[in-house]
Amino acid sequence: MSASHDDASPTLLARFASADDLRSAAQALRDNADISLEAYCPFPIEGLAETLGHGSSPMPKIIAIGGVLGGVSMYGLEYWINVYAYPLNIGGRPLHSWPSFVPPTFELTVLIASIFALLGVLYLCGLPQLHHRLFEIDEFRRASCDGFFLTLELSGADRELRPWRDRLNELGAISVWEVPDV
Amino acid sequence: MTDGNATTPWVPSEADDRSVTSQITGLVLDRPTSRTWMVGLFVGLVGLNVLLVSIGWLFAFGVGVWGINIPVGWGLAIVNFVWWIGIGHAGTLISAILLLLKQDWRNSINRFAEAMTLFAVACAGLYPLLHLGRPQFFYWLIPYPATTTVWPQFRSPLMWDFFAVGTYGTVSLIFWYLGMIPDLSTMRDRASNRLVARCYGVLCLGWRNSVQHWMHYRTAYLILAGLATPLVISVHTTVSWDFSVSIVGAWHSTVFPPYFVGGAIFCGFAMVLVISIPMRRFYHLENLITVRHLDNMAKIMLAAGLTVSYGYLMDAWVAWYKNEPFDSYIYSNRFGGPYAACYWGLVFCNCLLPQLLWSPWIRRNAIALFVISLVINVGMWLERFIIISLSLHRDYLPSDWAMYIPTVWDWLLYAGTFGLFLTLMLLFVRLLPPISISEVRELIHQSKEPSE
Repeated sequence: MSASHDDASPTLLARFASADDLRSAAQALRDNADISLEAYCPFPIEGLAETLGHGSSPMPKIIAIGGVLGGVSMYGLEYWINVYAYPLNIGGRPLHSWPSFVPPTFELTVLIASIFALLGVLYLCGLPQLHHRLFEIDEFRRASCDGFFLTLELSGADRELRPWRDRLNELGAISVWEVPDV
Repeated sequence: MTDGNATTPWVPSEADDRSVTSQITGLVLDRPTSRTWMVGLFVGLVGLNVLLVSIGWLFAFGVGVWGINIPVGWGLAIVNFVWWIGIGHAGTLISAILLLLKQDWRNSINRFAEAMTLFAVACAGLYPLLHLGRPQFFYWLIPYPATTTVWPQFRSPLMWDFFAVGTYGTVSLIFWYLGMIPDLSTMRDRASNRLVARCYGVLCLGWRNSVQHWMHYRTAYLILAGLATPLVISVHTTVSWDFSVSIVGAWHSTVFPPYFVGGAIFCGFAMVLVISIPMRRFYHLENLITVRHLDNMAKIMLAAGLTVSYGYLMDAWVAWYKNEPFDSYIYSNRFGGPYAACYWGLVFCNCLLPQLLWSPWIRRNAIALFVISLVINVGMWLERFIIISLSLHRDYLPSDWAMYIPTVWDWLLYAGTFGLFLTLMLLFVRLLPPISISEVRELIHQSKEPSE
């Protein structure tokens, strides 16, 4: 699930002129078994993750686990504190006054779920990872501005990049680079 | 897109990825530090020092330096706490609720509105701690196994408030930071100075804009918005419980939670306008924060203002209808008592003046809108002063009655939080992208692909 392209397998980086060109190139290449693809773009493009076969994000589950954990443990803590650890009789009201336990329970549900959301994104994206071999290509900076990039990584036994380079050019790539090993 | 009578697009039609990216990153990376900014920062730092001195004075001599007494135990510290936390509502409202409602226009105002939220919550959070009397023991609010074996009391609304404000501050920070990670990578990639690029590179944690990154990020961001939505409502609701759960005459009312949340949205949007109007002028952002944006914010403000006015009306009507002499007295004391000027000032600022916003010309006039927003912020401060201090100064026993007059230390502490807010805001616009670049880029593509 985490970041691909971390090993030194031969990889090409191609830049496309627009989101549409990138999407059609990804569609044309997706069914090849011996390459793996990843795209880079300055904003999320609808449907590209499905085209590249990334499946769906497990974030909802992670956040739900965090929320349940936060809520249940806060209610448990309140119950334990007010009923067992430090019972105080206030105007004869029940020690287990569940309505008053609801606000902190809600707050902790949201708090722990949000912390899980942040840490979950970082974990699934393999971040922080301050350097990456794609950063060696100067042009790749445009991925965060106006560049639409596709990486093609040879995962099979075939290590020959030339035919793939031609194929990318055929699909309308503006330029193609070989990603250096780091 | 979102508005039937749309006249101008949210982003100019000639804008493309590169132009908006360079415009927004240029504010931070290319623009030299201006003299106006330096003067502003100087004023902010003076205010910050005023804050430090007033806190130091308070620590040295105790809460007696303030004008509080018995029965008015909650003075300016709590008034300002509620005021600042109310201002802090607009940011998350814009970011979360408007995102879920697919209001595209939020994309160019959400980032600095979120920053405003964070800084306002920081200012607000100071007050209850300072108000404790023994602020060095603030951590007793946290449930931890102390050697005294004493634990917090969760049946008290003050504990709920601690959790509500703490959670709101933390979740706002997470939401703001997560939303900024892609833009920080843009800053890294566009910085020409190597050291600057490295700083942004560390802050963005090595974000690569890959489709996988975007997929997880987008899912998490949407769910966070869903989580933050009830949170926005809950914070001021919990703050209002601090009052309405008690038995003080004018506080013990079920109208408090909705009325507080309405007021928070009202003054929060007023503060967003107070910040965005000078910012779009100084930084020439009129193409991204358009007149239509101001118009929409003014409409929300008008609606929230009407909600608040309805709240005042109901509050007074219920006090009369109850036919309970003390409650009726509390209200007649507001209308004609020693603080009557505050009450009528509130009616003018929050109920009458905002009616000008019915006029499209006023809504689209930046200067008029700026002045109205400032007045609304004053009005909302008066509202909190009336709710908090006025309700206390006439107790059930006439022998308890007293006047509350804030001292110079009350006012200096209030002025000091403006210094803190201004300093943080100016550092934010100087160092971080004040408008969400990736979301504006997405908006451009959506407006160019009608099929989307």
